[in-house]
Order: sequence, then structure tokens, then C-alpha cells
Amino acid sequence: MKSFSRLVYPYVVWAAIFIVVPMLLIVLYAFTKEGNGVLTLQFTFDNFARFFSDSIFPNVLWRSLKLAIITTVICILIGYPAAYFMSKLHVNKRTMMVLLITLPMWINMLVRTYAWRGILLDVPVSGEIKVYIGMVYNFLPFMILQIYTSLLKMDPSLIAAANDLGANKFETFRRVVLPLSIPGVISGITLVFLPAVSSFFIPKLLGGGDFVLVGNLIENYFVSTGDWNFGSAISLIMAMIILISMFVTKKLDYESAEVGD
Amino acid sequence: MKKLKNLPSRIYLLLILAFFYLPILYVVIFSFNESKSLTNFTGFSLQWYEKMFNNRTMMEAIWYTVIIAVLATIISTIVGTITAIGLSKSRRILKETVMQVNNLPMLNPEIVTAIGLMLFFTSLQIKTGFTTLLIAHIAFCIPYVILSIMPKLRQLDNNLAEAALDLGCTPWQALIKVIIPQITPGIVSGALIAFTMSFDDFIISFFTTGPGVNNISIYVYTMYKRINPSINALSSIIVFVITIVLVLVNVVPLIRDRKKKGKVNEEDFSNSIM
Repeated sequence: MKSFSRLVYPYVVWAAIFIVVPMLLIVLYAFTKEGNGVLTLQFTFDNFARFFSDSIFPNVLWRSLKLAIITTVICILIGYPAAYFMSKLHVNKRTMMVLLITLPMWINMLVRTYAWRGILLDVPVSGEIKVYIGMVYNFLPFMILQIYTSLLKMDPSLIAAANDLGANKFETFRRVVLPLSIPGVISGITLVFLPAVSSFFIPKLLGGGDFVLVGNLIENYFVSTGDWNFGSAISLIMAMIILISMFVTKKLDYESAEVGD
Repeated sequence: MKKLKNLPSRIYLLLILAFFYLPILYVVIFSFNESKSLTNFTGFSLQWYEKMFNNRTMMEAIWYTVIIAVLATIISTIVGTITAIGLSKSRRILKETVMQVNNLPMLNPEIVTAIGLMLFFTSLQIKTGFTTLLIAHIAFCIPYVILSIMPKLRQLDNNLAEAALDLGCTPWQALIKVIIPQITPGIVSGALIAFTMSFDDFIISFFTTGPGVNNISIYVYTMYKRINPSINALSSIIVFVITIVLVLVNVVPLIRDRKKKGKVNEEDFSNSIM
């Protein structure tokens, strides 16, 4: 049986080449100057200095973060009641709802966003609002399904116990249901926030081109300008910020679990 | 009384569904529009479907999307299955390291994975195109396949494979006849995830493909400034195919279950009379 462990080796090589090396290349490019040969590598912090010296770049980064945070909050506010009502439905209707919510997710994201472009074409709202509609549309199903799953996992006898102990409906919700569904909200946040920060086709398709986010910035430096060193530095900064926010979210989850106990 | 009390929640859920289905409805309706307008429905026509089938770039994009998804699914499912089985028998250190690296593409923003692969291909001066696109798709599909098979392997009873070896199976036979059949549900769901991930992918494809090789997502993206109702026709076809597949996938097991249950009951019944 031990001989089966040798089956891993091909993928170890593959993962080293196609996962690890590309990541290292981004770091290498971010810390070097343009036009370097292998032998004349010059390490530098210039790319990072350039990012923070001009207020345009931090502003774009801030705008992307703000967009991602607001999108996530809207998804929670709309998605939580939806998930809650769904969990109260009869089992057949519940399964039907899950199927109905999943179905649009199977249709290409670009295609659905392009459809919104048509719908909103003559609607007199700003590009920013259109981008928000597109973002919420694309990410809301993830939030609903995550919260819904955590609500379904809940032991119904806990709610019965709260009622028996004299809690009214609102108190039961606030002190039993809500704290127990927080893990679902947190995994919903990771599924919405992470892709929302780096999204770049939704703003481009719906925002009318003048709504630049960090994803568009990276795209520009790689595709149009060809300044890969600076592009890599921007990606690295974005990846670090996402990593930190994920860490903070996880930590909040952990603390809320402790308070809940 | 109870019905009335539930009314607000029902209305809320209906509104949510309306929001989700509005663009789909829109796309299907306007794919039959007579004029080029995206806001006024002027009359019924099939011209956008005709235009779509006559548009070479569009048909090529569909072809590339399908062929890449099929190839990436087959290859990543095979590699993922082999790796997952290997991992379940490896030392803990190796297993954990591989799983950590395997998680990277899923934790990273897609655009970071995408530019990483792009930098890799171009620094090795590999010409981007069909091959690089396929490699990139295989690379981001394998982690999902491994992740969906691992839980099945954890549930697997080790003694079964040992028993097969004791009864004279070669390790290869034990793998094919004992292990694989037991993890098939994991393999199937892994393959399904791989297929949809590949079929829908935009960001990684956008950065790793070369001139002349586009998938549906890239094609739609390049149309971002233009009005092209043929995209509505294409979207409607995708909606149609996906609806049929999903209904089949969800309804067929239900029917099969019912039949099986019927059979089981019959067996129980016959057992009880005997």
C-alpha cells in the first residue's frame, strides 16, 4: 500500500512548476527594475515607492476596498433575511429555492453582467450604482447559500429551549439564531469580499470605463502598458491586503465564537 | 391566518428570485428582437441567432470553450484522482505541504494566479495560445478535484484495500477494483466542478491565452464597448443547455431513487415472507 504514495510525485513536480514558480515570479518582478536579464538582476523598492508616492494609486486601492466592503455588507443585509425565510420553508420548497438560486450561477458571469449592461443602458443612474448592482447580483447567491446552510445545520431544539425559557421571538433570534449563524456569514464574507476586491470586468462592463479599480489597474499594466514590474508590485500589495483582511475576519469569527460560549 | 403571516417572507423571496432571473429573462427576450436596440423590443426575429452561427470568431470562441473545458476536465480529474490517492497514503509532512500549495490558487485572488502564470509562460518565452490556455485551466482545476476527492478517501476503510491484497490482488487491481469504485462520487463531483470552473473562467484565460484563441468569456469582454445582440442569442443558448442539464441532473437521481426504493421495499417484502 505504501507504494501508492509514489503517485503524488508527478503532482509535486507539477505544483512546483505551475503554482510555486509563478508566485515567486510575481515577487521577483515586483522587487526588480524593468528590462533585467537573469545575470543583471537589480533589486529595488522603487515599484512600491512609486505606488505610494502618487495619490492616484492608493486612491484606486481604497476605492476597490470600499466597493468590496459595501458589496459585502449589502449582500449580508439582503441575503440574511432571504436565507432565514428559506430555512423556514417546507423541505420541498426549500430544495426548489436552492436549485432556483444555483441555476443562474451556472451561467457565465460575463454573460450575466453583459445582460445587466443592456438592462441598465438607458437607466439614468451613475456608473458607480450600476457597478454595485452588477457586483451584488454576482455575489449575492454565494452569501445566501452560505448563511442558509449554517441556519439549516442549527439544532431546532435550541430554539425550542429558548422559547421554553421565556425568550420571545426577537430575543431567540438575537441570542440563539444569530450567533449560531455567524460562521455562515463569515464564510459568505470570504466568498464575496475576496473576488470583489480584485474584480475588474464588472466595473469595466457596467461602469463605463471611467470606474477604475485595482483589478483594472493590474490589467492595464500587464496588457496595455506592459510594465510588468509595477503591475506585479500592485498585485502583491493587493494580495497582502486581502490576506490581512482574511486574517482579521477569521479572528473576529474566533472571538465571536468565544463570546457566544 | 398562518398563510397571511408568511406573506411578507414569500414576497421577499419572490423579489430575490425576480432579481436573479431578470437578466436571464431579458437576454432570452432580446435575443429574438428584430432591431439592434437593447432597450426596445420592436418585433420577433431570429436574425441574431443566424448572425451568431455565421460569426466565425464567435463560433470559434464556443468551440475553444468547449474543447478546453472537456480536455481540462479529463486531465485534471485523472491527475487529481491519482494525486489524492497518493496523498492519502503519504507521510503527514508531504501531505500537508502539498495541500498547502494546492490551496494557494483557491486562496489567492484569481488575477494573481493569472498574472503569475502569464509571467511564467512569457519568461520562458513560451508562445501563448491554445496550449498555455489548456495548461492554465488544468492548473486551476486540479486543486478543486483533489479537494473534492480527499474527504471520500478519509472515509474509506483501509482494511478493504488490505483485504483485496491479501486475497491476491496486485496493488493496481486493488486500486481499480476496490479504491476507485468507493471514491467515485468524489471523482464525479470533482469533474463537475472542474468542468464548470473551466467553462466559466475569464480572468485566468484572459491573461494566459494568445492571439486568435478566445473563449466565450473573453469574446464577451472584448465586446464591452459595442452593442452586439448576437451575444444575447449565445447567452440564451447557454441558458437553455444549462437548464436542461441541471433539470436532468436533479430529476434523474430522484426517479432512480424512487425506483431503487421500490425495489428495496420489494426485497424487504420478499425477505419477510420467506
